[in-house]
Amino acid sequence: MKELIRDTDGEMSSQMEAAATQKWYQLIKYAVVGIFFGILFVKAEVISWFRIQEMFRLQSFHMYGIIGSAIVVGMLSVWLIKKCNLKTLDGETVRIQPKKFSKGQVYGGLLFGLGWAITGACPGPLFAQIGTGATVVVVTLLSAIAGTWVYGRIREKLPH
Amino acid sequence: MSVIEWLRQPWPWYVAGPLIGLTVPVLLLLGNKSFGISSSLRHICAACLPANIPFFQYNWKNEAWNLFFVSGIFIGAVIATTLLADPSPVKVVPALQAELATYNIYDYHHLVPADLFNWPALATGKGLLMMVGGGFLVGFGTRYAGGCTSGHAIMGLSTLQWPSLVATCCFMAGGLIMANLILPYILKL
Repeated sequence: MKELIRDTDGEMSSQMEAAATQKWYQLIKYAVVGIFFGILFVKAEVISWFRIQEMFRLQSFHMYGIIGSAIVVGMLSVWLIKKCNLKTLDGETVRIQPKKFSKGQVYGGLLFGLGWAITGACPGPLFAQIGTGATVVVVTLLSAIAGTWVYGRIREKLPH
Repeated sequence: MSVIEWLRQPWPWYVAGPLIGLTVPVLLLLGNKSFGISSSLRHICAACLPANIPFFQYNWKNEAWNLFFVSGIFIGAVIATTLLADPSPVKVVPALQAELATYNIYDYHHLVPADLFNWPALATGKGLLMMVGGGFLVGFGTRYAGGCTSGHAIMGLSTLQWPSLVATCCFMAGGLIMANLILPYILKL
């Protein structure tokens, strides 16, 4: 049997957890965080095609300020969580999955960058753009899902 | 000025950036969840069309929180565009406005430019390239890279992971190349 390429996905840490059965109502809190996030995305114009063009043409500091200050606040928070050994709501120790290097971060990263500048959206903003009433972005989202599917289909043939 | 009026204006970067950064500890403390949005697309594939592909053979229900999160993003955007709508046009730097005028883009009423992204445009080569082609690159590229702006740039760099720095630099390089060297030709179509 052909050896499978290890999972290079940095966003799949939950698969490591013992499959604790979650009830749907326990997941509502994540929808609430999502709602705040969606409002933030729109009001700060993170999902604006124009803002993304300004960013990549180095015409405005706005997006750099947002991404940069988000990283600084994220870094400080993670440092505090570790320093004070803060626990989750369920009393678990906070775990951070290490991300391993793969060539996909270069090739995939470049391809995503190309798409980001065309659509003015990364995956999160696609959902938000639809919410602003740009219904045609449903097509872009479906195409992004198709892209993910095709990657899954051919990933054994790609350099990693 | 009432609170609602104040909230209706576009929010500056120094308010929005730190709030986005706080998502990292909030998700970690709510239930050990790593901030990352693009994997929602993988879960949708795993749930709807796994087709015996090993990459989609996992228990997506364990990741259902991510689908609740992106549904929330959609609802939040609806709230922001209705209850908190800002009636004035989107402010765009004059240099970009001047350039966009040469491609017949004049509509600044929406964050997603209506001149480019609309249903009839899907019947044109330019529209297909931008909506279908662009979307495909976003979905394919983020999964190949193992994350997107949230998973790599924000979550990955917040936890000091160098592979995420590589990925973030490549996102930016791809975007710079597209916006400056390729997109002008697409917009001229």
